[in-house]
Amino acid sequence: MTLTLKGVTKRVGNVVHIHPTDLTFEPGSFNILLGSTLAGKTTLMQLMAGLERPLEGEIWFDGRDVTGMPVQQRNVSMVYQQFINYPNYTVYENIASPLRVARAPEDLIRQRVGDMAELLRLTPMLDRLPGALSGGQQQRTAIARALVKDADLVLLDEPLANLDFKLREELRDELPRLFADRNCIVVYATTEPTEALLFGGNTATLFEGAVTQFGPTREIYRKPNSLLSAQVFSDPPINVLACEKQGAHFVDAEGARWAANGPASSLLDGPYTLGIRPHFVTTAATGADPVPVSGRVMVTELSGSESIIHFAKGGKTWVSQSHGIHAFEVGAEARLHADFAQAMYFAPDGALAAAASARA
Amino acid sequence: MNAKKTAGWLVPSLYILFLMLPIYWLINMSFKTTNEILGSFTLYPQEFTLDNYITIFTDPTWYMGYVNSIAYVTLNTAISVAVALPAAYAFSRYRFIGDKHLFFWLLTNRMAPPAVFALPFFQLYSAVGLFDTHIAVALAHTLFNIPLAVWILEGFMSGVPRELDETAYVDGHSFWSFFGKIFIPTIAAGIGVACFFCFMFSWVELLLAKTLTAVEAKPIAATMTKTASSSGYELGLLAAAGTLTIIPGAFVIYFVRNYIAKGFALGRV
Repeated sequence: MTLTLKGVTKRVGNVVHIHPTDLTFEPGSFNILLGSTLAGKTTLMQLMAGLERPLEGEIWFDGRDVTGMPVQQRNVSMVYQQFINYPNYTVYENIASPLRVARAPEDLIRQRVGDMAELLRLTPMLDRLPGALSGGQQQRTAIARALVKDADLVLLDEPLANLDFKLREELRDELPRLFADRNCIVVYATTEPTEALLFGGNTATLFEGAVTQFGPTREIYRKPNSLLSAQVFSDPPINVLACEKQGAHFVDAEGARWAANGPASSLLDGPYTLGIRPHFVTTAATGADPVPVSGRVMVTELSGSESIIHFAKGGKTWVSQSHGIHAFEVGAEARLHADFAQAMYFAPDGALAAAASARA
Repeated sequence: MNAKKTAGWLVPSLYILFLMLPIYWLINMSFKTTNEILGSFTLYPQEFTLDNYITIFTDPTWYMGYVNSIAYVTLNTAISVAVALPAAYAFSRYRFIGDKHLFFWLLTNRMAPPAVFALPFFQLYSAVGLFDTHIAVALAHTLFNIPLAVWILEGFMSGVPRELDETAYVDGHSFWSFFGKIFIPTIAAGIGVACFFCFMFSWVELLLAKTLTAVEAKPIAATMTKTASSSGYELGLLAAAGTLTIIPGAFVIYFVRNYIAKGFALGRV
């Protein structure tokens, strides 16, 4: 029941939607497609489902080539970002729809729809039309319909993006539980790195129609294989700094010097790009060897318990994420500390050279 | 503030008054004798009479006009919507070379005056033996009703997310099962509006309907416009016929009253 994409591509006219992609999803796995809008997440899902045909390449499922097989003959289900239900069917009939098409016996339908409604807390709404439900209930109906038929492949295309924050948290907690005792492949598309980390599982980072990396979610977060993957998998955006290794130290264009320690100490001398996540750039000095960084403040976002400061440094925008409230005036000079011991170093071609292995 | 309030009801009231006046006058005339209409100016019938209506409902040259009109209008509506549904689906869901031009070209069919087509249609239909049949008028009216129906339905269909189609396929529905059981009910309002517009334009069209018929399929509009008969001007009778002609339209509009604005915007609201 393994799903394998072999060199799959998709082009519409002259626009490349998906560059050659190889991916393998194991049965019972939870897989995340992480990428910004228009990165190709939806197209990739449509290819997996069989709604679109790849231009080149093959799609194999359970040891069979299913490339040209229409979606009706594959055992897949899908949930979209928009709340998609059949507006003329009741919630009951909506959930029952895949079973009805498969001509399941009536008492089986009743039992399974009842179970699904119970699981997703839709039992009181079974006789209503989807238009009379709240957004969260509509999306739960769509999820119930996707789960009712025991699909081998469940595709979730940003299912929580249109929900308000409370419902999103609630459903986010429920989702892994729904798939816990199933042996299906789940593919979940999201634009939010935080969501990927919360779900765990495997993650494929997508950038402009190409998978930049695929592997266990936390591993990718700690050791992105390239600057691109690190940028896709970072929110707020990761800070980058051009620097050069000279012996046991790194120096940047502004003359700052810091020690190369950990895996970075064994790097050859030469130019590198440093990447550091915003929560290692803080108002208070942390770590063994904090390096002072400063820049002109552009925006300060204050949430209840942390401050996100955007500042200009060496022609680039840097982001700092600190605990507590630190109100900086726009245009003021921010003097902050970067824990460069936690930084990742990328070679000039973008590939990862060294990443701190300690805390994430 | 008070002046604003007064204007708030005065303007619509005046508007409705001016709108209703000719209709009132038509109904008023229909209950008068021709002598009273021609003889004096009266705000309401002095000699109330139902003779005009009795004549229409008993004289086949009159009531067959309604039967013929309803026959070809119904036929036309059915053909137009049946043809427009797949066309609109294609325009709404698929991209193909020249689709936008083709879509606009459809609308240009409405730009030529029907008089342009009257002569060729007359010649053509006579040649194939369709002259003076209901289907002849119904087909002639599809010339401007199919484009209109395609535009209206395309608007309503494009309002339905493509993901609904995909969800149905993922659930295992075939295209036809999806189209019949899910898609058509979803855009039922749009189909209603399209039917209404086809009905309306076919019902009021006079030139083609008159040119393509003689006796067997003569529409009410043609009967109504022969103002003078052997017994002189029968204005009361014509007014009664006019009154009856308004009724089907008013009846049909009742069913689509909530969607009609969307229909006028070709489904794009």
